[in-house]
Amino acid sequence: MENKTKTQLFWLVTLRVAIGWHFLYEGLAKLSNPKWTSFGYLMDSKGLFEGMFHSMAENENILNIVDFLNIWGLIAIGLSLIIGFLSRPAIVGGITLLAFYYLSHPAFISLEYTLPTTGSYFIVDKTIIELIALVVLFVFPTSKEIGIDKLILKKSNTDEQANS
Amino acid sequence: MNRRDLLKSLATVPVLGAVLYGWHKKKQAVELMKKAMHSEISLSAYNPVIEKEVATGKKLRIGIIGAGSRGSALLKGAGFVPPETIDSWKEDAVKDKNNTRYEEYLEQEDLNVELVAVCDIFESYAERAMKAGANIFREGSNGKMGNTPKRYRTYQELLADDNIDAVIIGTPDHWHGTITIAAAKAGKHVYCEKPMTWTVPETYEVVKAVQENNVVFQLGHQNRQNESYFKAKEAIEKGIIGKVNLIEVTTNRNSPGGAWVYDIHPDANEQTIDWEQFIGPAPKHKFSLERFFRWRCWWDYSTGLSGDLFTHDYDAMNQILGLGIPNSAVSSGGVYHYKDGRTVPDVLQSVFEYPEKDLSLVYSASLASNKHRGRTIMAHDGYMDVGGELKVFADKGSTKYKQQIEDGLINPEIPIYSYVPGQEHVDAITSPTEKYFAQRGLLYSYHKGKRLSTTHLHMKDWIDAIRTGRKATCNENRGFEEAITAHMGTIAYREQRKVFWDADKQKIV
Repeated sequence: MENKTKTQLFWLVTLRVAIGWHFLYEGLAKLSNPKWTSFGYLMDSKGLFEGMFHSMAENENILNIVDFLNIWGLIAIGLSLIIGFLSRPAIVGGITLLAFYYLSHPAFISLEYTLPTTGSYFIVDKTIIELIALVVLFVFPTSKEIGIDKLILKKSNTDEQANS
Repeated sequence: MNRRDLLKSLATVPVLGAVLYGWHKKKQAVELMKKAMHSEISLSAYNPVIEKEVATGKKLRIGIIGAGSRGSALLKGAGFVPPETIDSWKEDAVKDKNNTRYEEYLEQEDLNVELVAVCDIFESYAERAMKAGANIFREGSNGKMGNTPKRYRTYQELLADDNIDAVIIGTPDHWHGTITIAAAKAGKHVYCEKPMTWTVPETYEVVKAVQENNVVFQLGHQNRQNESYFKAKEAIEKGIIGKVNLIEVTTNRNSPGGAWVYDIHPDANEQTIDWEQFIGPAPKHKFSLERFFRWRCWWDYSTGLSGDLFTHDYDAMNQILGLGIPNSAVSSGGVYHYKDGRTVPDVLQSVFEYPEKDLSLVYSASLASNKHRGRTIMAHDGYMDVGGELKVFADKGSTKYKQQIEDGLINPEIPIYSYVPGQEHVDAITSPTEKYFAQRGLLYSYHKGKRLSTTHLHMKDWIDAIRTGRKATCNENRGFEEAITAHMGTIAYREQRKVFWDADKQKIV
């Protein structure tokens, strides 16, 4: 990907780090609250998949798994995006998480949520924008230019050269 | 790899430091705030609700007098539900897996009691209660049944039976006192629905009969078992909101059922109802299905809003604040919505004064508006909303919290303390989401904690008290305070005057 200008690369990396920051801090905030659970959020789900999300919340075992994956998923994805380590799987993971958030609380006019929202949305909300931004980062990867992935890439390249 | 590549690889790592630093700072701030708050308002995590008194030994033999809708709920609390009800719960559970009524009922503790006697003056109710009494395995229609309780036509006959240790009284109000007195004199322990009495003179006699005959009396204020009330009491005792000056309690209902316009049973008629026994101490009246099923609407049988609904709130506040009997009462209101021939008001305001405690208790009720007003205890340094959950707020004008409010450690808009029964921890700081849910009553108390019926716990309290020889939580002394206070409110309304309590003579004047 040597065809990006410096400015393009700078802003793509900034976007990656910003999303990473958001994920990491969300994860850490949940981690530091021992009482945090996704129960309320899942129970507030509306729309096509609400049945599925409600049953996830009501099954204690599933809820524990959901809580665990949420906290550590957010932290891992956040870390990975910031330092540019294994960014591609992290981006896919992030897209998956965000898709779950969106599907549990789709921004349709007919649905009213108990949890407060920070603005007015119709179909397009901040979750879906963050999701699309991750897709953009997937299409324009940067971690092999700025990020730990560059080190790995270099190392494997050198290894290959040494072996040949 | 050259230095330039290395720099490029690690360029974004410092950002990580910034996030972690921010998180650490935030955590420190929260800890600091918690410490500041805890020193002021920490409450114990101890919930004294469920005593571990195991129901072993001989089965306690109980009888029920008055097994209508409330009577059935009391029987359920004691562990007796008709098989048909179990069938419908099972069906509901199949249709909707979120419906856990049957599951919850199966988990309800076995109190080691036996329903041996049933007295009801309406055939269908008596039969239903007998079936419930036999359904000891909680299995439903196709299940195994135990012995069917004996049916008695009159409460006198039931009380004369020596094979009964204790009775549950679920009759209309006009019978509460009379039957409680007779039961105590017959040496039976009594669980009686609220209010304790229908008339003032009975109130003294109930206390006398219970104490002279050494029986355990429990008045049916099941909210005595509400965990958030324990916390509220603790918070008051610790002076978290300062000195209380005003208590506001309310009734907000807006449905025919809420206004006591109950359905009339299809099988009810002059043949299936013993009308004369229904009347009892009340003024004579010709047979009336409305009066039989909707008795709460007439003073002839009822104690009105004051006795029927205010008593729950009064008892809650008496439990939390140890109010006792007020010095005076005034009331006003009227039949403003339900012009169906009822004599008891559907809108009522009562004000009770406690000059020795420097506080007023205000009760405001409407049976034709659902606007939720709750129960609030107000004091100079803060106020608390007491319901299924408890929320304590600091007051903007508080002297005690002035500094913390200025320092931004306390936000008067957000509870300084909120307690949701069933939550594992008692904590001053909760996440915004939790706070939001708690405020809307959306945190289900059965999440990670079992949801228990307060009626069952109150019944258990009574039975444990009988077994261990202690007094029940809502005993005759609390009942005396409850009944006298309710009567004062009623007399003030009906006689349109200010009513006083003469504490020396122990008389309403």
